Amino acid sequence: MSTHTSAVDGPSAAGDAPKSTPSPSGSRLHVESATIGYDKRVISRELSVAIPDESFTVIVGPNACGKSTLLRGLSRLLKPSAGQVVLDGADISSFKTKEVARRVGLLPQTSIAPDGISVGDLVARGRYPHQGFIRQWTEADEQAVLRAMDQTSVTDLSHRLVDELSGGQRQRVWVAMVLAQHTGIMLLDEPTTFLDITHQIELMELFTDLHHAGHTLVAVLHDLNHAARYATHLIAMKDGHVVAEGPPAEIVTADLVHEVFGLRCLVVPDPVAGTPSVVPLGRERPPAAPTTETT
Amino acid sequence: MSAPSGLDPHAGSSRTVWSPGTRRVDFGRRVLVLRRRRVAVRLDWRSVTVCSVLALAVACLAVLALMTGSYQLSPGQVVSALTGGETGLVHDIVVEWRLPRVLAALVFGAALGVSGAAFQSTMRNPLADPYIIGFSQGSYTGALIVILLVNGTYWQLAGGALIGGIATSVAVYVLAYRRGVQGFRLIVVGIGISAMLSSLNTWLILRADLDQAMAAATWGAGSLNGISSAQVAFGAACIAVLLLLAAMSSRPMRQLELGDDAAAAQGVRVSATRLWLIVLGVALTATVTAASGPIAFISLLAPQIGRRLTRTAGITLAPAALVGALLCLAADYLAQHVAPTPLPVGIITVMLGGGYLGWLLITEARRRP
Repeated sequence: MSTHTSAVDGPSAAGDAPKSTPSPSGSRLHVESATIGYDKRVISRELSVAIPDESFTVIVGPNACGKSTLLRGLSRLLKPSAGQVVLDGADISSFKTKEVARRVGLLPQTSIAPDGISVGDLVARGRYPHQGFIRQWTEADEQAVLRAMDQTSVTDLSHRLVDELSGGQRQRVWVAMVLAQHTGIMLLDEPTTFLDITHQIELMELFTDLHHAGHTLVAVLHDLNHAARYATHLIAMKDGHVVAEGPPAEIVTADLVHEVFGLRCLVVPDPVAGTPSVVPLGRERPPAAPTTETT
Repeated sequence: MSAPSGLDPHAGSSRTVWSPGTRRVDFGRRVLVLRRRRVAVRLDWRSVTVCSVLALAVACLAVLALMTGSYQLSPGQVVSALTGGETGLVHDIVVEWRLPRVLAALVFGAALGVSGAAFQSTMRNPLADPYIIGFSQGSYTGALIVILLVNGTYWQLAGGALIGGIATSVAVYVLAYRRGVQGFRLIVVGIGISAMLSSLNTWLILRADLDQAMAAATWGAGSLNGISSAQVAFGAACIAVLLLLAAMSSRPMRQLELGDDAAAAQGVRVSATRLWLIVLGVALTATVTAASGPIAFISLLAPQIGRRLTRTAGITLAPAALVGALLCLAADYLAQHVAPTPLPVGIITVMLGGGYLGWLLITEARRRP
């Protein structure tokens, strides 16, 4: 196990961002013909997906298509019943739990903020995999927490109670906690779901910044247009398998949206970013613009 | 501020402090950071203060308990007896007669407090403790069977209670198990099993003759009467080991409060940690119950009182242990010296606990109209 070279290792938590050193295969984290599910209910069979290094990968698909299950598999919360999830060249289940937590971070769909916890305290909890019984709060911990709060602009909220914050602020605090974990790879399970549009965009921009700072990000999103605008790599899933993957500009077409979501739509260039933008057609309405539509 | 080496110069600052090159995290409360060689800990200032005051209160109450009795002593006599300065009657009264009971109340109370803290934290429920999930009824069943069948000695009774309580806890855990154990299901299953065992216990008592029923009732109320120094020493040794193990598990325990997924993603082995904390909690309660019978409600109350005093996020072990010790000492003092006739300590704690539950119901009802 000591052969896994990764810049995430070591106590160098302070200062610089954790670089996800590209692996020879171009993917530190991938799924190899894995069967993932809960108990006897199989969600995905023979699933193979690679997360490209230093990408902002977004997984989209209809409800219950297995996208969150895939994320749980990638973070080792679910163990595949067949096949394997590979992290840095070895089966992820062969690592110690804390070692995985030093390489892969996860923002779960729901987390619980203990009553009366302050922002600083919650973000500091993200340091857990770097700490021990007698090394609970080193200078490196302190600096990593400060940096994570700076990056997510919650430094000024540090002394406030998490219960007092707005939804958007709270979600930034949770992101800061995962950032403080100082992993090269961050998995985000529907991070924007319960936020209003302004906070959704704010958070997506934050993720883009983190991506530019060197993190590999994998997010499950509901909003196709956000996915197409911000992702560098898109994975479209349906019924537990991958329908298409690649850069959004190459794979987002009206045909794909119809195949994956069963939705008739137009795909037009986003007037701001130039990325593909999905405009639903609704019932009984012929396409008005003859641009890139099909179906 | 001139700080000794290793002591962080920013200790005690409540806001982010700027100084050349170093910035500190603002936790919204005073913290005390100690970094020296391989050790780096962060203590909460308020918790440290509260724990110190509690420890002082426990010590004072212990001295008061050692003074009080049919032969009244002065604080000076007690302290001098404890430090070996007395011989003869005063030494016998303090060290031989009263100390075992006071130590038992102190150590058992701390054990119950930590036991409750482990349960309430892992189940994320302020109503969780080993007694609520069936331990007391199960241990009572075990003790009853020993009393009825073999009219057992102290150690046989302790063994019966231990087996009964642990078997019940295992049964509750297994019945509540479905892809891991969730707090709420465990509590509901525990209450159900408790109710069944309670009727079994009633049936057993009805079959007993008067002497046996009396012995059973005394044991079942939870009493420190007639506890010997050998029993205290054995119990205290077990509890010391268990408390140390609990302290070592306090970090993963705290992490579990963030939710199973977040804890797992941060490197906590969620199911194993939860089971381990339940085992520790049950073992602590089992040790106490085997020695004294079930002393109810301290494990329920102490963590909550401790949390309200320290105002920490989540439940912490040290305040729970100290509040537990204080409650148990106070309850036993009331039972022995204030009540018109000496009572088992368990009766006093049940009265305290009843009041607490009533208060909890009222405040919860107010909070959610």
